[in-house]
Amino acid sequence: MKSSLIILSFFATGLLLGFFRLLPEVFFNEEISFYVLCCLMFTVGFSIGHQGNLIRQFRRLNPRIVFLPLFTIAGTWLGALAVVFFINDFSLFDTLAASSGFGYYSLSGILITRYKGVELGTIALMSNIVREILTLLFAPLMVKYFGKFSTISSGGATTMDTTFPVIVQTAGKDYALVSIYHGFVMDFSVPFLVTFWCSL
Amino acid sequence: MFTVLGCMLVGIIAGFILRKKQFKIIQKVLFVLIWLLLFLLGAEIGSNPIVVRQTGKLGFDALLIGVAGTLGSIIAAGLLWKWIKPDKSTNEK
Repeated sequence: MKSSLIILSFFATGLLLGFFRLLPEVFFNEEISFYVLCCLMFTVGFSIGHQGNLIRQFRRLNPRIVFLPLFTIAGTWLGALAVVFFINDFSLFDTLAASSGFGYYSLSGILITRYKGVELGTIALMSNIVREILTLLFAPLMVKYFGKFSTISSGGATTMDTTFPVIVQTAGKDYALVSIYHGFVMDFSVPFLVTFWCSL
Repeated sequence: MFTVLGCMLVGIIAGFILRKKQFKIIQKVLFVLIWLLLFLLGAEIGSNPIVVRQTGKLGFDALLIGVAGTLGSIIAAGLLWKWIKPDKSTNEK
């Protein structure tokens, strides 16, 4: 929980500094966060390669784990379906499209803005940021009550980058590869699934 | 996206080559990078006038969709965990 609070305070500080424009313009460049992400991925890769026993680790896992992305998708859509009656301004398909970002807020936000306009695009952006933050904050609780796959599902498409370290810390190093596999599949699915719901 | 994956691949190879050496600092580096990334995300959102202006109006819907989707997937993952776990524990022994 302590690490979650630190993460949240960094996010909040960035939010405030961004809002009041207290940072040099360079910081608002998307390229910077991309470079940081690349550094992060290198470090993540390093810590995986450093363990050295990747193949043995993978063999030990139950083959049914390949279905995890399907459970993530189905669960997310059922969740969105459950609250659609409380959403006044958007249709069922709009809601499903926004939820199909699976935490990949940049891509889903951009795609949906182009297909459906800036309002739903903003919804997609914000709801997927919410998803990422929830995962970062509550990963330990999820593991405790819903098992070790729950943080991975909750992380959605972010499980091989931003939420990866938190998942490894809470679910354990044995699940590093599951997390990467899941993030990879979800990353690929987002553009297709978002486009699908937007076209209905 | 492939650049990002490439970075990870290079990292895996580097880590594998250097696996005999101890790198205790790596976990710390990871967290510092995550903090930096979240900080930048905050700055990006905070400085985006469209998002900030719409927060009041769209925030509730966004929060609802975000929380519901996350919860749904957590419950689904919990079911899969229950389905797999029994014979998983026997595999591990």
